[in-house]
Amino acid sequence: MGRMTSTAMSGAGRPASTGGGLRRTLREKVAPKVRDFADAAVTPLSLDDVLDHFHPLRGGSELRGRVVRVTPETPRSATVLIKPGRGWTGHVPGQFVRLGVDVDGVRLWRSYSLTHGPRPDGLISITVKLVPGGAVSTHLVRRVKPGTLVHLGTAEGEFVMPDPMPAKLLLVTAGSGITPVIGMLRNLFHKAEKPDVDIVLIHSALARAEVIFGREIRGYAEAGLIRLVELHTDSRGRLDVAELDQLVPDLDERPTYACGPVGLLDSLETHHAERGLELFVERFRPVLLAEPGEGGTVTFTETGTDVEVQGDSTILDASEAAGVLMPSGCRMGICMSCVLPLKEGTVRDLRNGELTHAVPGETHPDGVTVQTCVTSAAGPCTFTH
Amino acid sequence: MTSITNKDVNPVAHLSPEDIEQIGLELDAIRQDVIEQRGERDAKYIRRVVKVQRNLELGSRAILLGSALPPLWVLGTAGLSVAKILENMEIGHNVMHGQWDWMRDPKIHSSAWEWDNASTSDGWKHSHNELHHTYTNIVGKDNDLGFGIMRVDEDQRWYPLYLAQPAWNFINACFFEYGIAAYDLELGRNLKLPKDRRSPGFAERAKATVKKIRKQATKDYVVNPLIALPFGSALPALAANFTANLVRNVWSHSVIMCGHFPEGVETFELNKIPENETRGEWYLRQMLGSANISGSKAMHIMTGNLSHQIEHHLFPDLPSSRYAEIAPRVKALFAKYDLNYHEAPLPQQVGSAWHKVVRLSLPNHWLETTNRSNLVDQTKLLYAMTTKGPKMRRLAQRRLDQMARKQAEAKAAQDAPATQPVVEAVPA
Repeated sequence: MGRMTSTAMSGAGRPASTGGGLRRTLREKVAPKVRDFADAAVTPLSLDDVLDHFHPLRGGSELRGRVVRVTPETPRSATVLIKPGRGWTGHVPGQFVRLGVDVDGVRLWRSYSLTHGPRPDGLISITVKLVPGGAVSTHLVRRVKPGTLVHLGTAEGEFVMPDPMPAKLLLVTAGSGITPVIGMLRNLFHKAEKPDVDIVLIHSALARAEVIFGREIRGYAEAGLIRLVELHTDSRGRLDVAELDQLVPDLDERPTYACGPVGLLDSLETHHAERGLELFVERFRPVLLAEPGEGGTVTFTETGTDVEVQGDSTILDASEAAGVLMPSGCRMGICMSCVLPLKEGTVRDLRNGELTHAVPGETHPDGVTVQTCVTSAAGPCTFTH
Repeated sequence: MTSITNKDVNPVAHLSPEDIEQIGLELDAIRQDVIEQRGERDAKYIRRVVKVQRNLELGSRAILLGSALPPLWVLGTAGLSVAKILENMEIGHNVMHGQWDWMRDPKIHSSAWEWDNASTSDGWKHSHNELHHTYTNIVGKDNDLGFGIMRVDEDQRWYPLYLAQPAWNFINACFFEYGIAAYDLELGRNLKLPKDRRSPGFAERAKATVKKIRKQATKDYVVNPLIALPFGSALPALAANFTANLVRNVWSHSVIMCGHFPEGVETFELNKIPENETRGEWYLRQMLGSANISGSKAMHIMTGNLSHQIEHHLFPDLPSSRYAEIAPRVKALFAKYDLNYHEAPLPQQVGSAWHKVVRLSLPNHWLETTNRSNLVDQTKLLYAMTTKGPKMRRLAQRRLDQMARKQAEAKAAQDAPATQPVVEAVPA
């Protein structure tokens, strides 16, 4: 807060006082020199490496967090409460965070929705549902212990409540799709003055016991804060979008926010597009629809490594499995963190089968940027990496 | 040593091509077992070593602030020496081999690691991982054999200059990190060539190496002594850094000499290596071209587990912490195929390697044919070989060869009656 004020004042053109000038000289002239000197004292490490050695959560460090508590939500899901490092820049409910954990010694990254609004204690939480055979979800739900260090990205994602709030809203969630939405609801309802918005939440899950945050959302409904339509697919089957009019008579007046399995989101998209209704969706996994092709050998020029990529696997996954350090982000084709320049060859987009070519001398000399998390090799190709 | 193909008794003559491929398959199976098992325990191990190393280095440097006091100097210097050895051997060398790449931790990854050494990690990865580990012990191709500056094989012709080889080797040991940097650059070869014919990128790599050396020297000999200056310990701190580098250099040089130099380790001729060497054949070359050091767990860690040189050469990218575990299986495989698993304690291996350096600094057979009674004659002969030109060298060498042959015959004759007296007696 103090820093913001002083910036604002100097920005207003007030002559800097002697104290401010000295501080600025210290910050701009002396601090870099001190840092250079410290770096020179510990090379080939840097001062940052040494500071991280003692205080991994300090500001300026690569963003990490420490697990504070793991609380079971249902027999197959748990909430992980994390104290983020000082570099955490905050989030808006509905956004997700990339989380890197070491599972059996191997650093794996996944994205999880943040399940709280900004909390007074500065902690963040995610809620993880067990995916059968899922290495990271099993680790987080069953094994992770308080005190464990995890790696974090900053909050990302566009799936957030509109500002200002509309008078009416429809939220459609299924399974762990409740996780971004619970963050929104908690943020709305923890305030002393409850917002004046008419919310319908349609949530479907396998059974009553499997409803993540079941008690909490039923509580909101009982308190009259939302209207809850809870569907259990074991007894009544999956939600059919044709039922929506019956479940929500004023459907046309409500912008819809939806998160859940690909099938549900796809049919909602078709349904709402036909009716011309407003829809915002959050997808957890990329839609990999394309028929897998032949695959091929990917060569990384900088590291000098060759990786065999099968036609049904992404360049990112195959390269990581081969021990190549790859940039990565959402792993679902959204955030563009994993983009690498393709110098030569052809890759196939696994979402739609589209081919992208790079030909030296014809395409851009720096290469054609490719999202490695949703593409596979289509024949031999070369990346600068 | 003589290249394996020039030996009277070829130690692999009893192996059929099928045997060799079978050895390859069995070694692949050992490798696969480790890959399947490696996990959290291994990750914990390397992170702990890194943590201990950093604590030790920072702690020792803190102690050295008071190094004007002799006990603190000794303590700090010892700690810093061990820290530098750990950093180079168990951490740097092994991380740069990609032994920990599977963890996908960008901080402990072969592509990102820079080590506390004069040579750049890029240069070292090329000369060590690509050249030495591929062309292990092939004379003329593997510069680790004598680092390109020594005579390491009987088949290399002797010149008088090689008389200085023991001294040269000792100096190289003391300043080993600079030796490695020079040899990564192939400095000798490149400097002899005109600028335009030097290997591509040489100028760039040389520049990077000079920069690295400057940074390293600035840290050890300028910045850290400066930090100790207010405590009146600048000069002792400088001396401590120099000593720690010296200790690290001599130690790593000794360990590395033990890996491929001891007597009995095989070397290979380039033109006898099949053009398409199979995996089994490559494995076999690694098995015969490496020597282990036996000893305690602490010794293994301080050598960066290069004490398991055989296992390391078979599986350079498996976590070093696993070598001790697979050593019994590898050893059993050697026994099964009747091959020599070369293993001895550190002093013995260092002694053996030095013996070879001295022996090969002299003309072939000079050392073995010299005894107290002919010392004067032999010295005269050596003097003549040193001063009187190539013709004299050839003649004298012939004489030495002859003496050695006679000596061998005499020895055989001496041994024979002792072992077969009865057989001789019967026909008489």
